[in-house]
Amino acid sequence: MKLTELFSKKFVVTSEIGPPKGCDVSKCLHEAEILKGKADAINVTDNQSSVMRFGSLATCHFLKDKGLEPVYQVVCRDRNRIALQSDILSAAALGIENLLLLTGDHTKLGDHPQAKPVFDLDAVSLIHAVKKLEEGVDLSGNKLDGEPPKFSIGAVVSPCSDPVEPQLIKMEKKVKAGAQFFQTQAVYEVEKFVKFMEKAKQFGVPVMAGIVVLKSVGMAKYMNENVAGVYVPNNLIEELKKDKEKTKSGQTGIEIAARLIKELKPYCQGVHIMPLGWDDKVPKILELAGL
Amino acid sequence: MIVTQAKPFEEILKMLEGEKSVFVVGCNGCAEVCETGGEKACVDLKQKLETSGIKVVGCATIDFMCNKLLDSLKILRHKEKIDFADSIIALTCGVGVQAVSSVIDKYVHPANNTIYLGGFQGTWPSQERCAECGDCVLDWTGGICPITNCSKSLLNGSCGGAKNGKCEIDKELDCGWENIYNRLKKLNKLENLQKQVKLRDYSKMFPNKELRNTTFYDVEKE
Repeated sequence: MKLTELFSKKFVVTSEIGPPKGCDVSKCLHEAEILKGKADAINVTDNQSSVMRFGSLATCHFLKDKGLEPVYQVVCRDRNRIALQSDILSAAALGIENLLLLTGDHTKLGDHPQAKPVFDLDAVSLIHAVKKLEEGVDLSGNKLDGEPPKFSIGAVVSPCSDPVEPQLIKMEKKVKAGAQFFQTQAVYEVEKFVKFMEKAKQFGVPVMAGIVVLKSVGMAKYMNENVAGVYVPNNLIEELKKDKEKTKSGQTGIEIAARLIKELKPYCQGVHIMPLGWDDKVPKILELAGL
Repeated sequence: MIVTQAKPFEEILKMLEGEKSVFVVGCNGCAEVCETGGEKACVDLKQKLETSGIKVVGCATIDFMCNKLLDSLKILRHKEKIDFADSIIALTCGVGVQAVSSVIDKYVHPANNTIYLGGFQGTWPSQERCAECGDCVLDWTGGICPITNCSKSLLNGSCGGAKNGKCEIDKELDCGWENIYNRLKKLNKLENLQKQVKLRDYSKMFPNKELRNTTFYDVEKE
């Protein structure tokens, strides 16, 4: 089912899994199954953080087999326009209906820093390419055989970036290119998000606020130092510091995530929860958030 | 030695859409040898522009436009005229356009495509770099090259990976797109970022048959 058909009916919830380093996908599929009936769809990351892993497309296919709705993440770092279009056609034939199209992290950040960074296309031109495929032609204008594919096209935006204007400009460009829904970078500053949405709502596309579960004080500080567009305010860091045992068990992270969802809900059309391995905590977060 | 080819005149006219007057600067270095810089090319372009109804408020040549000191001195000398122009059009390579852009708060349009540098980055280069893409985009990025200044060579804006204005691969490296954004904002040209989806045409990187068949190209290869 296409996510775009859901937004008019409900507050949409997605989560995500990362394929393994190796070809035994049982653990990652198990993590996804915990979310069955709880999340509307599950993103599958594409060689996340430039670390070489099992493929996103094949994992999406396994999710479909298990009756779960996958969101196929595609980044531009590893494949040129020929391979990207080819994989997206393959996804269509495998019944994958939701895409999340991103530029992708640089190769230098991952475990193969010597690799050639491709970036033949970027997020905007990849959205444009998928739109072309949906019109029945490839990027060079050659006609496709048979019925063209039809997807629900997702993209990303970073609402708490400073300055936020370039983000809004690029978001508009993505919408014009064909993006139909957005999942955001992690949000911890509700006020900043609300201000962003005041400007972003003019584009008329559903936005799903990104939720990354806080695992520790160290993780919060690391993100503040290193992750673009993410800032964990001091009061949340203090909350994590207060009860070390509670934070270690994940309870504090669960409570913060649930509270953020409740506060963000009136301003967006869904949430995208990135549990980073803490998939078993997602049902509890949703329960506490009243979803 | 850097090889440049003049952009088609129609493309230049398109860049100048909505503008009434320009100041023309031409490079007396490599571009002059390619007949895409120097006095003759400047005069030719001036005539063409004026026939098309664009006023040329002045013309100047700079010995090596890759050198920002020479650029600054020449620009200073013509400042009054340049102030009256809507923009500058530069007959030089990608390095030259970026160098001259960096010394004046005025929009600089590239008149040429840079094709074959063979790793050479100007006679007196500083930090500006040209990737010899053969399809110069400096016109809509405010004179800062996204191909050499963005670690991913993106053409449609920042990737979102920069933190505090620095690139995700190196905290000491500026985000090229944040610099482009700041520059376009200063020049009141942010609408450039909304322009249509840009796709690289890698086939333009390779010198075409006509160019490969010139004596000049053979001399360069030697």
